[in-house]
Amino acid sequence: MISVKNISKSFENIKIIDDISAVFEKGKTNLIIGQSGSGKTVLMKCLLGLFDIDEGEILYDSQKFKKDNISMISDLRKQIGMVFQGSALFDSMSVIENIIFPLRMFSNKTDSEMIIRAREVIKRVDLKDVDHKFPSEISGGMKKRVAIARAIVLNPKYLFCDEPNSGLDPKTAIIIDKLIQEITIEYDITTVINTHDMNSVMEIGDKIIFLVEGEKIWEGTNKEILNTDDKMINDFVYSSELFKKVKLIQKK
Amino acid sequence: MIKYTFTKFTKWSVLKKLIFQEIEDLIIGSIGIVAFMSFLIGGVVAIQTALAIENPLLPGNLIGFATRQSVILEFAPTLISIIMAGKVGSYITSSIGTMRVTEQIDALEVMGINSFNYLIFPKIISLLLYPFLITLAMFLGILGGYIASVYAGFSTSFDFIQGIQLDFKVFHIIYTYIKTILFAFVLATIPSYHGFFMKGGALEVGKASNISFVWTSSVIIIINFIVTQLLLA
Repeated sequence: MISVKNISKSFENIKIIDDISAVFEKGKTNLIIGQSGSGKTVLMKCLLGLFDIDEGEILYDSQKFKKDNISMISDLRKQIGMVFQGSALFDSMSVIENIIFPLRMFSNKTDSEMIIRAREVIKRVDLKDVDHKFPSEISGGMKKRVAIARAIVLNPKYLFCDEPNSGLDPKTAIIIDKLIQEITIEYDITTVINTHDMNSVMEIGDKIIFLVEGEKIWEGTNKEILNTDDKMINDFVYSSELFKKVKLIQKK
Repeated sequence: MIKYTFTKFTKWSVLKKLIFQEIEDLIIGSIGIVAFMSFLIGGVVAIQTALAIENPLLPGNLIGFATRQSVILEFAPTLISIIMAGKVGSYITSSIGTMRVTEQIDALEVMGINSFNYLIFPKIISLLLYPFLITLAMFLGILGGYIASVYAGFSTSFDFIQGIQLDFKVFHIIYTYIKTILFAFVLATIPSYHGFFMKGGALEVGKASNISFVWTSSVIIIINFIVTQLLLA
């Protein structure tokens, strides 16, 4: 579980995150949603310690996240897996080398043990015949799978995904969403996902936090978001013609 | 940046591989261009010296002497370093800059890896072999001068060899290596800085490489001036 209490973050005196409190629950896919520029990525980078917060506190399972406590941060980071928007695979490494990388850095496994573990996660994310290909040689969907495999190879307690299905076709996007949800349940981890994709919200939104201009204005589940009367959420959720029609049908 | 580069070291088994990789990319990968450039520069220096001293009263070994002095003191360490600022420097800036824009550096940070040490330290260590390149440049520069002046009929082989032995001062070699080590540090750090702290996208990677080259070559020229003033003046 990750708790944030009254956190704020400004850049050049402009408040990007304003007094946000939330709890991201274990074993659930916790979604941070909002329009582009609403502060989703900044909030996630604050949670990861890539940005220092100006106010408030972040707790990882009641352990306070302090950037000056280097040993604590170092231990904590080994328990964090991250799937970046653009996958962030290392260009100079093959798929299997990318997946082995965290093991090579933080475990004392032998080469053969690392390969066995890497093949386990490759199988888990349904990848085939890509071990020795380089990131530039595989598709966007495959890159996401490799990024997920790399993120889970150390059995993390926390998984962060920044727009995991951006740039993917709708079918692949749903497959990736489902994969993240299955892994969350299977590994019993705390997963935090940044997204503005409404399919993700409907499919895997166990818990949703809605941001507008850096402020949390709503919190609930994917079932609740469909029935809320909040105008801002409805404007966001039903912004596409497809979802507007869905709502009309629901009303009927 | 320098402080963080030398703290929280990456696992040695990983670092060792990175250092060897950087030696291959930065040093071995530059041998061709350094050899080509220095050989021709040495030849041009010898020809121009020969053309400038047509006076029969001047000794025949002057071409060899002037070539040696020019190549050892300036052309090999300084000119080759400026060429390397373009080749190696822009490679370092663009590779680190691309890692920055594609969030690969963020990925390292999230994993708890000191990205400064992981990315910059191997480059600094591999460029400790930079004096090897400059030694090669000195040798090939003088060889180029020898071939150009002897085979074009500007000097005899005996005169040229006598010239390169004339009034040889070991301190000049020491001076060159002092400069070379300083240039190597500049070549590793300034381009890394510009790659690491760049912001934006692919276009900015190109701009960062450009700015990095301007800064690296300018700092090399300034250091060259200061070191020459301190050690030779």
